[in-house]
Amino acid sequence: MRKSVFYGTIAASALLAGAASAQSTLETVQSNGEIACGVSTGLAGFSAPDANGVWQGFDVAVCRAVAAAVLGDPMAVNFVSTTGQTRFSALASGEIDMLARNTTWTFSRDVDLNFTFAGVNYYDGQGFMVNRELGVSSAMELDGATVCIQTGTTTELNLADFFRVNGMSYEPVPIETNAEAQQQYLAGACDVYTTDASGLAATRASFPEPGNHAILPEIISKEPLGPAVRQGDDQWADIVRWTLNALIAAEELGVTSANIEELAAGTDNPEINRMLGSAGELGAMLGLENDWAVRAISAAGNYGEIFASTIGEQTPIGLARGLNAQWTQGGLLYAPPFR
Amino acid sequence: MSSTSDLRTRTAPPKTAFRLSMLLYDQRYRSITIQIVFLFALMLGIAWLVDNTINNLRALGKDFSFAFLSAPAGYDINQRPIEYDSQMTHGRAALVGLLNTAILAVMACALATVLGVIAGVLRLSNNWIVARLMTVYVELFRNIPTLVWIIIFGAIMTESMPAPSAFRGDTPTASMLFNDSVAVTNRGVYVPAIQFSNDLGNLPLGVVAPSINWLLVLVAIIVGIYAHKVILKNATAVQNATGIRPKTWWKSLGVLFGPVALLFIFFGAHLEYPELRGFNFADGIHMRNSLIAMWLGLGIYTGAFVAENVRSGILAISRGQTEAAFALGMQPGKTMRLVILPQALRVIIPPLISQYLNITKNTSLGLAVGYMDLRSTLGGISINQTGRELEGMLLMMLIYLAVSLSISGAMNVYNNRVKLKER
Repeated sequence: MRKSVFYGTIAASALLAGAASAQSTLETVQSNGEIACGVSTGLAGFSAPDANGVWQGFDVAVCRAVAAAVLGDPMAVNFVSTTGQTRFSALASGEIDMLARNTTWTFSRDVDLNFTFAGVNYYDGQGFMVNRELGVSSAMELDGATVCIQTGTTTELNLADFFRVNGMSYEPVPIETNAEAQQQYLAGACDVYTTDASGLAATRASFPEPGNHAILPEIISKEPLGPAVRQGDDQWADIVRWTLNALIAAEELGVTSANIEELAAGTDNPEINRMLGSAGELGAMLGLENDWAVRAISAAGNYGEIFASTIGEQTPIGLARGLNAQWTQGGLLYAPPFR
Repeated sequence: MSSTSDLRTRTAPPKTAFRLSMLLYDQRYRSITIQIVFLFALMLGIAWLVDNTINNLRALGKDFSFAFLSAPAGYDINQRPIEYDSQMTHGRAALVGLLNTAILAVMACALATVLGVIAGVLRLSNNWIVARLMTVYVELFRNIPTLVWIIIFGAIMTESMPAPSAFRGDTPTASMLFNDSVAVTNRGVYVPAIQFSNDLGNLPLGVVAPSINWLLVLVAIIVGIYAHKVILKNATAVQNATGIRPKTWWKSLGVLFGPVALLFIFFGAHLEYPELRGFNFADGIHMRNSLIAMWLGLGIYTGAFVAENVRSGILAISRGQTEAAFALGMQPGKTMRLVILPQALRVIIPPLISQYLNITKNTSLGLAVGYMDLRSTLGGISINQTGRELEGMLLMMLIYLAVSLSISGAMNVYNNRVKLKER
């Protein structure tokens, strides 16, 4: 009798646990009325709160586009700050529904950590920033340097590999957040700050005198940054993936936040019609309403508009499109067809 | 149960048949019933937790394995008490972190004890200014969280000390202290290191390979301390027999420092001074900002608590003890050493154990200033790079538990030696 009670309890708790996880992310999001989106603790241009406390930036725009596509309201996002160390636990435990925090897509994160990367929204690479006073012009001259590095990132591993392969020594100064790294670097506690080149540009833009600091020419790694979701909920992964694709395709097809209302009514281009929902049932296939892409693109514009307004050359961050131009412009952005 | 009740039948009331309701209404059985029920509830609770964990791990598609400990770590650690590079395993990285935790804990415990004893004694001083200054120290440090102190010390080191480049050039803006032997920079403090010309190499002991030279020095120190105790014992025996205590200080000095000095001469010991080379100082011992911030933060903060323990220990000894010692003609120094302290230690040691445990556990705050302790290596980077949160956290809990219990055990042995012997 005791055994049966024991097994009965186990079965009951298993059922409860099963029932709790049976709810899909889409249902959770719809019943909560907002998306919990994991972002950085503050990286200008990518994800940082503005003067009014509203989160702004390139990664934030992806969250807003997904919120607009799913819930119809780009502001229905609950932003959760995560550090390099806490982001994966937050996603795996369900504290956040998606992670949009300049996270590198790697084999082990995809396969072993059981996440699904919904694509790449920024092709990046790891770079080094030094004070011009040091007179260093190449990363190969950094033997013996003290390097500030954010712990728990791929950059930490790349750094170890780079110095090892080139037979150089260095002194790592492990740091939790970008803000602390900035403070240590400016105080001269490290000679070099290394992270993704986009992050370096964003960090440098917030310095009192950005001109005193140089980003070295060497890019020592491939860092495809993109939004990630938990593995196993393919519908939710599809929603995030195709929202990102819609933003990229919209730029390619010339759909902007200015002309989208006009184009949504129907055009001569069947692909635009399918994407924007005036023809076909693509929205229903995703489990969303048919104007999902219209709402996503209306949130902050297409990929090009988001890039230009958050990190582009007209902003203090001043990043060129480079690899992140459309494939028709010599870049790597290539959205699969909406068909 | 039946055999014991048979023995009691002579005095027990006539035996009544056992009924199930007696489990609840009979005082003889009630407490056992309650305990068994509670035990079952506890076991069910644990079973539910374990089952829930297994189910959720399965739902996430994760297994439970410690295999990651033998995979290459891939990251570098700045403070390496033992040999380590990025191609060694996560297990090795965890060991480096554990040693860093131990180094910090020992340093902070020593600092806290020294500061605490001084401040505790001085707080009882008759000098108004000294006593009040110590009160200010104790209240200031005791009432501000240790993490805040650690960050303050870290910020002081980073922000207000000169960069290594300030030591360079014909007219440097900063200079080294103590005859060019110590450099205080915003990357840490560089002090001279003792090096041996006759290096006997390392003793391979599995995972660690300590230097044979230093092992021999350690042996010499231990032998010296033991010989010193023997000399003192003999002196006491002579004193008991003849009433005259022979002079022992020169013998003690000889056995304590003689062998070590001889070894140093034999090994060709010399100081290696830090020297500015390239981006940083090289050679010497580099005490990083993170270590200094943690050491000062933990040591000075906990020192305030130790001071209160010491003060309470001394106050616990009644004034009559001092007066009795004085009446026997003892001088104040001997009174303190032979009468007050041995009794005060009984009161001081137990709370001191818990302060040492606090320091050891608080070393896990190291991540705040980037100190690579166990929490930062195994519990931080390794977990993050491998995604083994559950395994890493369990292992870390187990290690901290083992370390704390060992400290507690060792201190209890010492406590048993100084506590009141009841015969």
